[in-house]
Amino acid sequence: MKISAIRYSFRDAFRSFWRHFGITVASITTVAISLLILGFTLLLVLNSQYIAGFMESQVEINLFLREDISRQDARAFENKLTRIEGVELVEFIPKEDALKLMEDSYGKDVDITKALGGNNPLPDTYRVKVVDVELVPQVAATIEKYDEVESLRYGQDFVNRLINFTNWLRNAGLVVIVGILFASLFLITTTIRLTVFARKKEISIMKYVGATNLFIRAPFFLEGMMIGLIGALISVVILYLAYGTVVNYALSSVPFMPLITDKTLLYQIFGYLLLGGTFLGAMGSMIAVRKYLNV
Amino acid sequence: MIQFFNVTKEYDKGVIALEDINLSINKGEFVFLVGPSGAGKSTFNRLIIREELPTQGQLMYEGKSILRMKKREVPYFRRKIGIVFQDFRLLSDRTVYENVAFALEAMAAPVSEVKYKVPQVLEMVGLDHKHDAFPQELSGGEQQRVAIARAIVNNPSLLIADEPTGNLDPDTSLEIMKLLNNINKRGTTIIMATHDKDIVNRMRKRVVVLNKGKIIRDVEKGGYTDEDQCHTLLF
Repeated sequence: MKISAIRYSFRDAFRSFWRHFGITVASITTVAISLLILGFTLLLVLNSQYIAGFMESQVEINLFLREDISRQDARAFENKLTRIEGVELVEFIPKEDALKLMEDSYGKDVDITKALGGNNPLPDTYRVKVVDVELVPQVAATIEKYDEVESLRYGQDFVNRLINFTNWLRNAGLVVIVGILFASLFLITTTIRLTVFARKKEISIMKYVGATNLFIRAPFFLEGMMIGLIGALISVVILYLAYGTVVNYALSSVPFMPLITDKTLLYQIFGYLLLGGTFLGAMGSMIAVRKYLNV
Repeated sequence: MIQFFNVTKEYDKGVIALEDINLSINKGEFVFLVGPSGAGKSTFNRLIIREELPTQGQLMYEGKSILRMKKREVPYFRRKIGIVFQDFRLLSDRTVYENVAFALEAMAAPVSEVKYKVPQVLEMVGLDHKHDAFPQELSGGEQQRVAIARAIVNNPSLLIADEPTGNLDPDTSLEIMKLLNNINKRGTTIIMATHDKDIVNRMRKRVVVLNKGKIIRDVEKGGYTDEDQCHTLLF
C-alpha cells in the first residue's frame, strides 16, 4: 500500500468514527457489555475453581502409629511415606506436641495433663498431604497396609463428595464460558456490521471508481479495531473497579474465603479481554465488508 | 476501443438480457444506447465495466479481453472508466469537494494531485463556487454535475452514463448534455443509455437501439423514431 493510501485509511476511519457517532456509541456499548459479561463470568468461574482447589488442598490424611513403635522407628517411617506415589508433604507430630495442641485448644483453665494422671494417651501422628485430592483414597489404602499404622482418617465421605462437586464445577464453568464467548462473538460482530451497513453506498461507489479491495477494507478494519479496543477498555476498567470492591468486601466480611487476588492473573485476563475486543471488532467489520465487496 | 463478439448474457433464471450482440465502439465516439426498460441497456454497461461477465461470447477493451482479466486487475481497469448514474449516487455526508476528491483518494492519488485536479474539474462543470456545499443543498442538475466531475476527475478514456438525465427537467437535461458533449470533444468516449427521445434526436450522434436483448438498429447521426417503439416507454 502506498503512503497516501495509508493516510486516507486513517483519516477515513476517524471521520467515519465521528460522523456516524450514534452507531459508534452503540457498537462500543455492545462490545463493552459483552466483554463485561464475559469477564465477570470468567472471574466468577475462576474464583469458584480457586475456592474448590483451595478446599481440595486442605484435605489431608491423619495417620496414627501403633503405640509400641519406638521414636526411632517412627521417624524412619517417614521415608516409607514420602516414597509413596502421590504424596506431597509429610509432617510428623510427636505425641507430646499433639498433647500440647490439645491443651491449647482447651484453654488455660483445664489442666489436661493432670486430668489424665500424667499419662499421654495420644499416639504419634503423621499428617500426609497428597498432590491431587483424587489420589487420596488410593494413597490412604497403601498407607493402611503398613504394620506401623494403627489407624488413619481422612473424611472419606467428604472427599468423595468434594471430588464430585469440584469436577462438576469445572465442567459447568467451561460450558458457561464457551457459551458466553460465542454469544459475545456473535453480538460484537453483528453490531460492527451495523457500522458497515451505514456505509454500504460508500463501498459500492468506491468499487465503481476503482478502489482496490484492500483500500476499501483498511478504514473499516481500523474503525472496527478502534471500536473493539475502546469497548474492551471500558469493560476492563469497570471490571477492575468492581472486582476490587467485591474482593475487599469479601475479605472483610468472610475472611476465610479464598479469592483470587493475584494481580498477574487479573492483568492477564484484562489483557486477553483487550486483545479479544480489538480482534473481534476488526474481524466483525471484515466479515461485514466482504458482503458488500462483490460489486 | 470496445468490441462485442457474439455476446450473450443469461441470468440465473433463464432470463436472457442480451443475445448475440456484435458491436464495435471506436475511440472518441458518442453512442446513445436506447430502447425500452428491460431491453438490456444496463446489462450492456455492466458487462463493459466488468460488474458482470457474459455467458457467451468475447468482449474486448482496448484490445484486451475483459473476460480474461484477473479479479485483482478489475479496480485498475475501472480507473480508466468514469460512471454516472441516474440517481447521482453522491455521499450525503461529504461536501461537493470531498465527493469529487473521493474518486482520486480511492485510487490513492497523492494529496497534491487531489488539490490540483478537484478545483479544476469543478470549474469545468461550473460548480467552482459550491466546493463546501453538501449534495442535499444542491439542485438535481447540480448534483449530476458533481457526479460527472467525480466520473471524469481522473481523466478516464471512457465515460458510461446510465440515464443521466432521467431525474432532470428538460432544460437542465440540455445543460448536462452540453457538458457531456464538451467532455466528448476532449477525446473521452461516451456511452449513454437513455429514454429521452428529444435529447437523442437533437444531438445527432450514433444511436444503438436495443430491444429484448438484441440490437435492432445501429445508425450514425441517427434519431430515435417511433419505429423504435418509443411510445411504449415509460418516462
